[in-house]
Amino acid sequence: MSKQPFISVKDLSVGYNSRSGSTIEVLRNVSLDINRGESIGLVGESGSGKSTLALAAMGYFKRGLRALAGSAHFDEIDVLALNRDELQKIRGGRLALIPQNSGQSLTPTMRIGQQINEALQLHSKVNARQFQSRVIELLAQVRLPDPTALITRYPHELSGGQQQRVAIAMALAGEPDALLLDEPTTGLDVTTQAHILELLRELAQKRNMAMLYVSHDLGAISRVCDRVVVMYAGEIVLTGTARQVLLAPRHPYAHGLLTSIPRLNQTSLPLALDGRPPMPGEAINGCAFADRCALVDEKCRTTPPDLHPIPSGENVRCFKSDMISDMPALNVKAGQRNSARPDAESAALGLESLAISYEKKDWLSSLLTPGATPRPATVDAINIKIQRGETLGLVGESGSGKSTILKAIAGLISPREGVLTLHDDIILTPRVEDRPAPTLRQIQLIFQNPDDSLNPRHTVAQILAQPLRLYYSLSGSALHDASADLLERVRLGAHYLDRLPSQLSGGEKQRVAIARAFAAEPEIVLCDEVTSALDVSVQAAVLDLLDELKTQQGTTYIFVSHDLAVVKAISDRVAVLYQGRLCEIGPADAVYKAPFHPYTDVLLGAVLEPDPDIAPILSADDVVELSPPARGCCFQRRCPRKLGDICDHETPPVRELADGHVIRCHVPASDL
Amino acid sequence: MTSVAHQKLQTGSRAAVIFKDLVSRPSGSIGLSLVIFHVGLALISPLVVPFDYKLQNSALMLSQPNAIHWLGSDHLGRDVFSRTLMGGREALLVTGVATPLAVIWGGFVGIMFGLVGGRVDEVLMRIVDAFLSLPWILKMLVLIVTFGTGIEVLIPTLAFFYGIPVIRIARAATHDVIARDFVWAAKARGHGRVSIIWRELLPNVLDTLMVEGAMRWSWMLLAFSSLSFLGFGVSPPTPDWGLMISDARGFMSFAPWGVIGPVIALSSLIIGINLTADALAKALGIDRAQKAPM
Repeated sequence: MSKQPFISVKDLSVGYNSRSGSTIEVLRNVSLDINRGESIGLVGESGSGKSTLALAAMGYFKRGLRALAGSAHFDEIDVLALNRDELQKIRGGRLALIPQNSGQSLTPTMRIGQQINEALQLHSKVNARQFQSRVIELLAQVRLPDPTALITRYPHELSGGQQQRVAIAMALAGEPDALLLDEPTTGLDVTTQAHILELLRELAQKRNMAMLYVSHDLGAISRVCDRVVVMYAGEIVLTGTARQVLLAPRHPYAHGLLTSIPRLNQTSLPLALDGRPPMPGEAINGCAFADRCALVDEKCRTTPPDLHPIPSGENVRCFKSDMISDMPALNVKAGQRNSARPDAESAALGLESLAISYEKKDWLSSLLTPGATPRPATVDAINIKIQRGETLGLVGESGSGKSTILKAIAGLISPREGVLTLHDDIILTPRVEDRPAPTLRQIQLIFQNPDDSLNPRHTVAQILAQPLRLYYSLSGSALHDASADLLERVRLGAHYLDRLPSQLSGGEKQRVAIARAFAAEPEIVLCDEVTSALDVSVQAAVLDLLDELKTQQGTTYIFVSHDLAVVKAISDRVAVLYQGRLCEIGPADAVYKAPFHPYTDVLLGAVLEPDPDIAPILSADDVVELSPPARGCCFQRRCPRKLGDICDHETPPVRELADGHVIRCHVPASDL
Repeated sequence: MTSVAHQKLQTGSRAAVIFKDLVSRPSGSIGLSLVIFHVGLALISPLVVPFDYKLQNSALMLSQPNAIHWLGSDHLGRDVFSRTLMGGREALLVTGVATPLAVIWGGFVGIMFGLVGGRVDEVLMRIVDAFLSLPWILKMLVLIVTFGTGIEVLIPTLAFFYGIPVIRIARAATHDVIARDFVWAAKARGHGRVSIIWRELLPNVLDTLMVEGAMRWSWMLLAFSSLSFLGFGVSPPTPDWGLMISDARGFMSFAPWGVIGPVIALSSLIIGINLTADALAKALGIDRAQKAPM
């Protein structure tokens, strides 16, 4: 037995030289121990230094960064003292890294078998003759179906979850003693994510590996980790067991993070954690979290707290860890949703038998294959009436057609069939170019990633001027005042006008995007995954802002998200989509309660809550289908409740259970 | 303050930031000084040259460098130093006009191709590819032989042929931008095509085009000098580096001073432009290692 822990980071500081020559610290005096068979979760907002710490533990620094002080040992080897070649021997072999999107970084032109072979050649002692059987063994270990057939496939023939499994199999090729995971499930669908996490959990237990799991997702952390380390502004602020940290956090920051996460058992908005973390290099006199802390007092602003053990066993960097119980509890109703109930009398938007297909009618191919039946439409038979002042949530996995429907409403895609109506009486033309100006103004779109939806060459003033000029022909001081007013309404302020998007944080960018949408004073705002690219604390603030704007203006939202808890927090009504078909629609409370559509049930089961006591229920495969079935129920291939032939051949009836709650399923409602 | 004033302020400061970044890099400061030196020289050289560039003196034929004729004299007894100082004027004038023309027309067409997309774009790009696959000198010689060798022919010819590769670059840059959400957002708001091109696309494509323009300039200079070397560029007795190298090449074994001056001048200018283009790309944040122009 070794005296030292398996992975041991001691008093490590990491920094870079700024252009002005001063040294800026990204990590300050961080210590972390991981034993064999132990799995540690590293959490924090973006920029908290969690990835830097994880990479430094394997002796890797991003360009420009270097260790300033401290040490990092792996199995009693000082990784900071090793040279490139020596590090290479450890990395990938004894110490494997699974980065974010590693599934997508497989070589597209190489067969799966070859890629794993390559990893075996580099990192394992297996005899070359046994490679084939070892590859099959590895693929079976990550529970991929039919490994023998799989080795001849190319990465693009696999689903995202399967690719991620292959990446894990490659990491396991060298029989690592330690596994480093950097957001390994971010970007995957909820059901896939739950399956991958279960796999990682089992593997770590079976092989007695040390595991360091970096994620912003506390739900994922709660599934796989024994201990949790919370980081803030390059420092560790709280360490403890997963139960301690996630159920009764003893640091105000961890507490704030946990309250800002929307949960399925809540019916209202999560509480936002205001403010932003200090930038690296910013002068901090006292506690780094003081500016955002509810419990702050004079001492916190002048004296930096130490990381010290408290009686219950955690280590906390806070003077007030015994006062956390005064803060609002984690699980109860947090923020209030203020917005008024929708007006049931008047419709804002109607979707009537909407069908959308990306397949283009091509005269050449229709000439060559006459009479060929067109493939089933990407989105089909969508009938939804959205009331004025209502928030309709659209949920589903990737490929469920949520964003496609939004694009059709915005006029960016022409539907194959169906009619879109505004206020019951105006028929929206399919193409945005043909819509008259007053109609255009009524419907505005907010995108997922503000990095992509704000022109990087435009200042905030120029960004906001676009809709103000277009719809209201404002100029000069009127334009300036209107822009300043908009920024005020999204809680930014006129001094942001001269900034470029690159000078804003993620949350600020999304606020500018929201201000741009509201510049038109629209009646309907289409929100496409607007919080998915943001930190949880920022997400809560953005949800709160959207709700406030709705209260002021009576806006109607169509809110698309893959996150069921977020949708529940903000929506009056929720529609569940699978493969572009409506499975279930109804008031939010009804959809999240039995009776469920089997797909809703699967989705809800896979939701990861930041609570070690709530385990996901994995009732269906995480196989992703590429196109909807031609006949029958859209969910037939994955449904755990499938009745038989009827599901394959007949489209399920539209069955209204109660009060606008509709489920499309052959299974009798009493059994759902 | 009006918003228009805001915009000016901001674009001004971005240009200032990029310029500062550019000159703070060794390649940028060296390259830019070389370019400025050559452009300045071209402007003032008629005033500073010690001898008349066309003055022939048979007594001085191919004489060695000395205190009076610093770089010696050529086969007609003309002062090589004076001719070298003035030899870049024509080249800089022609390429200085032709390069912006090439970038503008190539950029415009490229953005259009990128916007139209689909089959039309595919077919048109194959035509562009076919054009690019022909040796450039052949294409140019055909035009020059047909229409003559004056500036009025050289400028459009160079601008035309050097605009074609710009099409590729501008099209690729447009493809990168056009799929981004801010273009969709502008479309969804109901902006017209012209407004989208002008406000959303152009500012994002401009960086690439600027670097591309700088690169094209150096290649065009080389092409122009080659044309002069072959006798299709500048007509004698106007001094030009390409022409001077061509004239002195026969005597290189015993009178190498005839080529050294123009060779150093031409290469230093081209190296200067290349260094500037490289530093500019870095200052603008364009990775030329990944997106090398063809």
